[in-house]
Amino acid sequence: MTEDDLDRNRRHFLIVATAVTGAAGAVAAAIPFISSLKPSARAQALGAPVEVPIGSLQPGEMIRVLWRGRLVFVLRRDEDMLARLPENTDNLRDPNSEEIDQQPDYAANETRSVRPEYLVVEGSCTHLGCAPIEDFDVRPAEGWGGGFFCPCHGSKFDLAGRVYKGVPAPTNLRVPPHRFVRDDLILIGQDTGAA
Amino acid sequence: MARIEAEVGTPKGGFMKWIDDRFPFTETMKYHVTEYYASKNFNIWYVFGVLAFVVLFIQLFTGIFLTMNYKPSAAEAFASVEYIMRDVEWGWLIRYMHSTGASFFFIVVYLHMFRAMLYGSYKKPRELIWIIGMLIFLVLMAEAFAGYLLPWGQMSYWGAQVIISLFGAIPWVGDALVEIIRGDYSISDITLNRFFALHVIALPLALIGLIFVHIVALHEVGSSNPDGIEIKENKGADGVPLDGVAFHPYHTSKDLVAIIIFLMIFCAVVFFAPDMGGYFLEHANFEPANLTATPEHIAPVWYFTPFYAILRAVPDKLWGFILFGLSVLLPLFLPWLDRSRVRSIRYRGPIYKSALTIFVITFFTLGWLGTQPAEPMYVLAAQFFGVLYFAFFLLMPYYTSIDKTKPVPERVVYHG
Repeated sequence: MTEDDLDRNRRHFLIVATAVTGAAGAVAAAIPFISSLKPSARAQALGAPVEVPIGSLQPGEMIRVLWRGRLVFVLRRDEDMLARLPENTDNLRDPNSEEIDQQPDYAANETRSVRPEYLVVEGSCTHLGCAPIEDFDVRPAEGWGGGFFCPCHGSKFDLAGRVYKGVPAPTNLRVPPHRFVRDDLILIGQDTGAA
Repeated sequence: MARIEAEVGTPKGGFMKWIDDRFPFTETMKYHVTEYYASKNFNIWYVFGVLAFVVLFIQLFTGIFLTMNYKPSAAEAFASVEYIMRDVEWGWLIRYMHSTGASFFFIVVYLHMFRAMLYGSYKKPRELIWIIGMLIFLVLMAEAFAGYLLPWGQMSYWGAQVIISLFGAIPWVGDALVEIIRGDYSISDITLNRFFALHVIALPLALIGLIFVHIVALHEVGSSNPDGIEIKENKGADGVPLDGVAFHPYHTSKDLVAIIIFLMIFCAVVFFAPDMGGYFLEHANFEPANLTATPEHIAPVWYFTPFYAILRAVPDKLWGFILFGLSVLLPLFLPWLDRSRVRSIRYRGPIYKSALTIFVITFFTLGWLGTQPAEPMYVLAAQFFGVLYFAFFLLMPYYTSIDKTKPVPERVVYHG
């Protein structure tokens, strides 16, 4: 065969067709590997809801529980705390919980809770995931009505987990799905069906 | 690659001939070692490449031995490190060599990079060497980060939490990406296991591959020198650069002195100050990971703190991530940001000298700020120095082009 006999169009077509088929194969082969990086069936199963008994929780007290390896705060707010929630809202970025991803619908209210007394929020700063520290002392001089302070980068949240303005955290603390099974038992991780 | 013909007088036949007929051993040795000519006026700044090799070797060697006793599971990791420290014969030495080696890797690499900034080693025709070098630096950062999770201490856990969460700032894909990195809904046993795989297999392989390419590119264009001139432009009758001497035995014997001094310092740290006052091994990491409480004061290991200070200085999650990423990546563009006609600091004008001095001060100050708590004063200072950091790079095309330069000599010069 001489150069003149070459059908360049046909050769070009074959090269492109081979390359495209090869690339499609490479993409298909990548799927199992990338999928293997996702949470496994076991990791998903371990993410099952947890029951939190709250019978002995006194007003003003907070407990820490783990759900899916994530820290969750359960705070029983006293009357003072609840009374302070409507104050100071000018300094908050999202006082009315309008960011829909940060709480289930039933917690998109003034107190960000199912029952105003009990705040259930993830103890994971929405900036870079550090665990905020509770600081319930009121210091009016600093404009601080009590809440949570993140030691890593200085983000601040109020007693409903609402983020202050001018801090690195962009959104309010997340309220995980939860419901009251009984008056003294909260189920975190599930909001419908039987416990 | 230029082929070097066998010299007249080399004995033909024998074992070496048998090898050379099948593998270019003699040719490769000549090209890369015995007949690789580097400038004869190298100063102390030119030993850090070799020293980086030494640290790499220490890390690979001690790492293999640590792997034999370490258990990559959340339940056992912390205890297995304690086991290495207490029950394995000489285990403490091997582990301290590895942990000290990590910090020394960065010390040596930072000095190596600063050498390139002093003498314009990244400038044409060495841009690709610089880019590959920056990739090595990125892989090294990933390697150090993955390794830091393995002891499963408080700082391991929360440091990883912060850095992995960074990727969550990326719009749209952030949350999915974070889940793929962690392999779970939080940092867990699964995350630890995969970081172990990255730390001992994937990243070291990438590192070695990139270093190989770094050297091949270097030997193709030739090493720079403190005068920033091309020694290949002045060759003798034998075709050897007049200002060059062979890497072996001349540079190697000089490097040996540097290696010995380096090892003396390295051993002093390993034996007398392995935690370096909390800078090489952070004290919070002597406690096992506690998922319910972040340490009061959280900071990455010192080698990440300049960039971390920039991240923290930005009061916005996405912009913090972007500027943090930029601060790491900007040096990549140095070959094109620097418009100066000369390479070496010796012939640069006062503007570049001042800029570089300010940059060094900025880098150290940011590094220190990154280790401090997130208090308003420190954040404000970090914002100021963060601006200086970016100004050094972004204004470079301007100030290097107006800077007065001195004439560059034909041949290399000795000082003192």
